[in-house]
Amino acid sequence: MLLVLEQGLNGLQYGVMLFLMAAGLTLVFGIMNLVNLAHGSLYMVGAYLATAFARWTGSFVLGALLALPATLLVGVVVEVIALRTLYERDHLDQVLATFGLILFFNELVAIVWGRAAIYTSLPPSLSGSFVLLPGLRYPTYRALVILVGVAAAVFLYVLVTSTRLGMLIRAGASNRTMVAALGVNIRRLYTLVFGLGAALAGLAGLMAGPIYAVQPGMGEQILIQVFVVIIIGGIGSIRGAVAGAMVVGMVDTLGRAFLRPTLSTIVSPAAADKAGPALASMLIYLMMAAVLFFRPQGLFPTRGR
Amino acid sequence: MRTMTRAVLVGLLATLAAAPPASAETVRIGFITSLSGPAGIIGKHMKDSVELALDHLGRRVGGLDVEVIYGDDQQKPDVGKQVADEMLKKHKVHFVSGIIWSNVMLAVAPVVTRERVFMIGTNAGPHQLAGKDCSEYFFTTSWQNDQTPEAMGKYMTDQGLTDVHIMAPNYAAGKDMLSGFKRYFRGRIIAEVYTQVNQPDYQAEISQIRAANPKAVFVFYPGAMGIQFVKQYAQAGLREQIPLYSVYTIDEVTLPALKEAALGIWETRYWSPDLSNEANTKYVSDFRKKYGYTPAFYGAQSYDGVMLIDAAVRAVKGDLANKAGMIAAMRKADYKSTRGPYKYNLNHFPIENFYLLKTVRTPEGEFAMQIQKTVFENHKDAYAKDCGMQW
Repeated sequence: MLLVLEQGLNGLQYGVMLFLMAAGLTLVFGIMNLVNLAHGSLYMVGAYLATAFARWTGSFVLGALLALPATLLVGVVVEVIALRTLYERDHLDQVLATFGLILFFNELVAIVWGRAAIYTSLPPSLSGSFVLLPGLRYPTYRALVILVGVAAAVFLYVLVTSTRLGMLIRAGASNRTMVAALGVNIRRLYTLVFGLGAALAGLAGLMAGPIYAVQPGMGEQILIQVFVVIIIGGIGSIRGAVAGAMVVGMVDTLGRAFLRPTLSTIVSPAAADKAGPALASMLIYLMMAAVLFFRPQGLFPTRGR
Repeated sequence: MRTMTRAVLVGLLATLAAAPPASAETVRIGFITSLSGPAGIIGKHMKDSVELALDHLGRRVGGLDVEVIYGDDQQKPDVGKQVADEMLKKHKVHFVSGIIWSNVMLAVAPVVTRERVFMIGTNAGPHQLAGKDCSEYFFTTSWQNDQTPEAMGKYMTDQGLTDVHIMAPNYAAGKDMLSGFKRYFRGRIIAEVYTQVNQPDYQAEISQIRAANPKAVFVFYPGAMGIQFVKQYAQAGLREQIPLYSVYTIDEVTLPALKEAALGIWETRYWSPDLSNEANTKYVSDFRKKYGYTPAFYGAQSYDGVMLIDAAVRAVKGDLANKAGMIAAMRKADYKSTRGPYKYNLNHFPIENFYLLKTVRTPEGEFAMQIQKTVFENHKDAYAKDCGMQW
């Protein structure tokens, strides 16, 4: 029972990371109608900047705090220089251009920091594990990731539901042309939203640094799951991103942990050994296919389109 | 009109003639590895080692000019096969070499050897190519996948370990690694777990390990997968509780990113930078001088690959059409290998020593792999008997 709880926490932690990535991606798609494949690159940039700043300042927390606005800035610069011209083009052009950005960023970090994965350390207070319940130890850092991720989700919820900016974001997601017609500076709104998305991806990246390998191309490894999240949740919807991320995080984690043992009670252990790992890695895609079939607009579609 | 057509035709012929001629004076080697993505760093170790080997040979291979064409397989079998096709048809290479991943190797090797072009593997050693699918045109300077985990299985058995949890990524090499381990491990295995290739997060599997509480854990996680698994294993607090044994997980590629997290972990391997012989000392010290970092076994094998090709071309005095002569020469492994002298088994896989390695902190404060003892001497792989090649 404790094991199920622990795996639930693992699923939650994975879901939180996916949510931070998915929130930015879905906002950008919902409001600007832009398919941004380079979202994973911002995640990578966040991880690299946090590591570099942590090394420079000698403090992990300070490094993280500096990396967040820096990634936001990178996002704004990318938006202003590269993406502005793409809003009116069709999705295929956007995919091509943002794929180019992926290559650009991967090579850039390889030139600046080298192709090898770089060393990221955690302060000793975060690197161990603690006793959560009697008989259940949990890594301190992963618990922190859950807390920060939930805090970010709450912040985003408040921002979207009860601020002026949030109102514009919601309006923009429902009907862009009308928002522009009402005299809102839609260009500035785009830049702001993109920067916000970049900062969220950067937050995911800087938190991923100490647990994953910080290296060129790290963004693409998580990006595929993030696309699955926003397709399941409903493209353009923050609520959908929350739901999709939690569902994908839980299903993937619990599938990897319990599918094989469960299968072996139904079929022979040898067959379970063969089918279990393959099936566990397919689960989230099967789920995506099911959602696309039964509810193509996703679980929580945005209204007004 | 007719003259214009003729002019165009002449132009076309001229262009064709200007294309690189397939002259006998240049040895063309197609080197395939992963140069982009998470495995790009492994490809860099290999490419840098090929260049160093060419430096050591005075930029000539077997007395002939040499051209090396590098290809990026992106860690994908289909891409690797495309790259190999292009090398064979467009560049008309005499040798294809390299290849990190067993699944890529299984796609590429048959395409190359079918054309009666040499495939000189410098890492992946899937069991199919050592057994029933062996070929006269396939040689490797590395090992058969099962051999290294066999050494670890032997060592852990000698230590009297039992109740072991074993793990690997779910692809050709992962399966070979665990079956090799099981061939020599006599204790009890309480779980055998396969994870997705390039999976970044192992927390779910680590929680299962903690719950099962085995006496030891054995894993195969090459490249970035190893960095992530070992980091997360340490953060979960399992390092102090359950000792970790691995193959191809802690090496000179992953150590710079792991540092303390890798301290004290055991590996088995056929080679290490501290292996003492003339060729290896020269390779490692010149490599460090030229590139400023320490090479991993991926590099040593690639360096050996070029040296093996050099010996083959030298033996036939540059007559690249004499393939039987080159096969006979390579079977002698008559070159200064970084692992020291070795022999080829009937299936063209090396018969070589395997050592026990440990991650230590050197007096200079750096982290390094050091050889502790020899586990196997002149170890043969288990599949040669299925090969059927006689010589």
